[in-house]
Amino acid sequence: MEDISLVTVVLMLPLVGLVLMMLFSRTEQAYKWGALVTSLVTFGVSLLLVRNFDTSVSGLQMVQNVDWITADSFTIRYYVGVDGISIWLVLLTTFIMPLAILASFNPIKDRVRLYYMFMLLMEWAMLGVFVAQDLFLFYIFWEVTLVPMYFLIGIWGAEERIYAAVKFFLYTMAGSLLMLLAILWLGNEAGTFSVPDILAKLDSGELTLSTATGRWLFLAFGIAFAIKVPMWPLHSWLPDAHVQAPTAGSVILAGVLLKMGTYGFVRFNLPLFPEASETFAPYVAVLAVIGIIYGAWVSYGQKDVKKLVAYSSISHLGFVMLGIFALNPAGIQGSILQMVNHGISTGGLFLLVGVLYERRHTKLMSAFGGIWRAMPLYSGIALVIVLSSMGLPGLNGFVGEFTILLGSAGSSVLSWWFTFFAAIGIILAAVYMLYMFNTVFMGALDKEENKRLPDLNWQELWSLVPILVMVFVIGLQAGYFFEFMDGSVKELVNYVNGYALSTAGH
Amino acid sequence: MSGVPSLSDLNIAATLPASFLALYACLLMIVDLFIPRTRKHVTAGLTILGLAISLVLALLPLGGVARFGDGERAFGGMYIADQFSDGVNVIALITALLGVMVAYNYLDRIQRQRGEYYYLLLFTTLGVMVMGAAGDLVVVFVALELLSIPLYILSGFRWPQEASEESALKYFILGAFASSFLVYGIALVYGATGVTDFEGVWRAVEDIIAEDASGKYLLLVGAGMLLVGLGFKVAAVPFHMWTPDVYQGAPTSVVAYMSVAAKVGGFAALVRVLGCGMANFSLDGGLVAAWQDTVWLIAALTMILGNMVAIVQSDLKRLLAYSSIAHAGYILIGVAAAGSVPVANEAARAVIMYLTAYAFTNVGAFSVVIAVERDDASNTGLESMRGLAAKQPLLAASMAVFMLSLTGIPLTAGFVGKWFVFKAAIAADLIPVAVVGVVTSLVSAYYYLRIVWYMYFEQGEGEAHVPVPLAWAISIATVGTLVLGIFPYLLSDMTNEITLAFGP
Repeated sequence: MEDISLVTVVLMLPLVGLVLMMLFSRTEQAYKWGALVTSLVTFGVSLLLVRNFDTSVSGLQMVQNVDWITADSFTIRYYVGVDGISIWLVLLTTFIMPLAILASFNPIKDRVRLYYMFMLLMEWAMLGVFVAQDLFLFYIFWEVTLVPMYFLIGIWGAEERIYAAVKFFLYTMAGSLLMLLAILWLGNEAGTFSVPDILAKLDSGELTLSTATGRWLFLAFGIAFAIKVPMWPLHSWLPDAHVQAPTAGSVILAGVLLKMGTYGFVRFNLPLFPEASETFAPYVAVLAVIGIIYGAWVSYGQKDVKKLVAYSSISHLGFVMLGIFALNPAGIQGSILQMVNHGISTGGLFLLVGVLYERRHTKLMSAFGGIWRAMPLYSGIALVIVLSSMGLPGLNGFVGEFTILLGSAGSSVLSWWFTFFAAIGIILAAVYMLYMFNTVFMGALDKEENKRLPDLNWQELWSLVPILVMVFVIGLQAGYFFEFMDGSVKELVNYVNGYALSTAGH
Repeated sequence: MSGVPSLSDLNIAATLPASFLALYACLLMIVDLFIPRTRKHVTAGLTILGLAISLVLALLPLGGVARFGDGERAFGGMYIADQFSDGVNVIALITALLGVMVAYNYLDRIQRQRGEYYYLLLFTTLGVMVMGAAGDLVVVFVALELLSIPLYILSGFRWPQEASEESALKYFILGAFASSFLVYGIALVYGATGVTDFEGVWRAVEDIIAEDASGKYLLLVGAGMLLVGLGFKVAAVPFHMWTPDVYQGAPTSVVAYMSVAAKVGGFAALVRVLGCGMANFSLDGGLVAAWQDTVWLIAALTMILGNMVAIVQSDLKRLLAYSSIAHAGYILIGVAAAGSVPVANEAARAVIMYLTAYAFTNVGAFSVVIAVERDDASNTGLESMRGLAAKQPLLAASMAVFMLSLTGIPLTAGFVGKWFVFKAAIAADLIPVAVVGVVTSLVSAYYYLRIVWYMYFEQGEGEAHVPVPLAWAISIATVGTLVLGIFPYLLSDMTNEITLAFGP
């Protein structure tokens, strides 16, 4: 038995916390604080991942790889590790979770124990998705994320919660079942489900995929991920789920769950099916750009703040997809950073909406106006997060989007039109975000019920301050974050391009 | 093979789990006569004891601890004690143990606490075990009757309630009809090959194909008849019509048991008959058996019909009946995959994995129905699930686990079963049927999730009573579902060496 890797420790901590809570606590208070402490400890330990990360290594680090299920025709491994692609997503998850839990302290009054159990289960499953290197293991975590979210939306959601929960579950499951078949097919051909082993076999020519097979598999994986992202036109579950979910559910959905889709493209589609990735890149990019414009356009038309934020996610994730399928280092690095950025800013926006909803029990923009006067602290924080979401230079959103645009402009597979239309998306983002800010926070404080709104309490403040800090840290020190990705992303891009070159040479 | 074999040639020790249970059931039948009406808990306890001993005897060879007897063949090849039959034994015995636990309080409540229930249950369990170990078509038939006849009686155990009587009669008439197909099939196979033992059939097949005479068509029709007979037992479309009515009318404790046991027996026999005896029966001499296309077509139809019709059900027992039809379809994928010679062993293992998962999950789900059912057999509608989570949190949590497992969500046994079955299908190049499998899984998610949302997202009475043996059964089923889902290697490692084909 080899030593337990730090990645395993981070992955298992939420589960350990969950089991301890179930064994030793009875009261709702104990569950609340138990969940918060567990998620904070997980975050603390995950910081050690960053400290121990060796930026000169491009492959997986802190790996744990043991046989799990062995059969004569295949093996399944417990195989976890992090590299430059996944490390920041792991950190994003451990960072968002304590905030989401803290933000639930006030709003969640019903079935409290069950709630925090699902929160920790959720954290465990999401971390698993980002560290799993075996397709079987990955699929398990991928599907398990559905279960706590189904309950979170269905039990603690708004009026249309059941419809939203079931739609969320069925939509995502539809995609993942196709992926399951693709995983089984790939594992059957390769005799193993571990991704590094499959890649090694592809590299050595021991396993070859024909062009047509590669395309089918790309699509099977791709549709599962595209639904999760969600890419236009597979996005229709998102507004329902986001709007009906409780605040913390929306934060987790937007902050982390959507990234599982974009991460899946980078982790699986690009390296496993490089040929198909090149072929499909322009098509994916077209959908990405449509998503950017469509998301922005529909956001602008919303009357409900939460819906506006939900649709803005479609737009932002369009940027991420565009960057990934630029298939060059700048595009992919920008995308990974933008995944983190979107998690932070949109997570923050949902927390902000939650604050308003707690006070007024409405999310209609027309119900507000002039909030700045009543809640100056809240509004100041909101301004920064709104600016970060629309990509103001100096804040985090700008770095990501700018790098993505650089990547797509310099891409050899995408024409400059994509960059052009994506840039229009940035302008539209400014339009709908400022329109929202204007309607809700500026103007006259003319509604009687808004005049006495209390400003942030300590829980709300402390769930927003870390986000504020990260907005500036990433905005001003993006180089530090890029440094971690550099090796892994360059290797990935070389691999994809090298594969394309070698097939062109035949 | 001439002359009278000596006792030691019979290798009875290899059949220990089954022969022990046979003796025990006969003894119990006599002992029960001396147990007064009011003390039938003694009979129930003795039944559990017998099943537990038999389970240990079955687990020893499966876990590789000890192997009884001398070699795999017993009774001159009539009985095959290999890893496959060990697996079937364990599933059958676990199902029976759970079946006794869920029955005890239920029989009290419906005032039918009688000893017959318990030893009839032992006999059908024996029938299931022998079907999994059958080495000869005649044994398949005998075991099938041993499995079926007690079940006909048990279905009518709630007489004079009409629904129960109707259920028993329907099951009996259609069951007898199906048995006749089986016998006819055996006769045709015998006509084509001149033998009834699987190894003999297997050896004869090669010559029959080579001869290029009409013999192979005779064999094909025979195989078809066998498929009909066994397809009835496992409730495969189009031989499924009896299932919803029988399940709805029969006492729920019987349904909990038979919805699993009859399927385990039927599938074990299908794997033996088709996978062992006729694995090499291909009309063109290739590696794919002639019956494979038919089986996967039936599998696809079964999954589609079972899942589609389950959506519109408003009664839990009927819903679970259609769901059990659907699951027969998934297991049939495994049987179809066994028609590709290189995949046969993997496919047989997949069937064992799926059946184990199904046993824990389905008995569990029906146990929850027993908990909410009223003494007059009412309150089995979907509405009875409303608000269950608030009133009975543990019961609802168990039901949620069962529903997720039936859907095939990871960390539950149901996922492991589906994983192995689909993996076998893809290895056997049966991609279309695997696609049907995953699409219908999605459909099934809707009606399983509906039960979860009734329990958790809505308000309601949530009435249920969970007395002690029933609570044990639900707990064991829940733990089994989760353990098999999280540590699938516990079982898959044990069944790594399943070998269906006969040596050269």
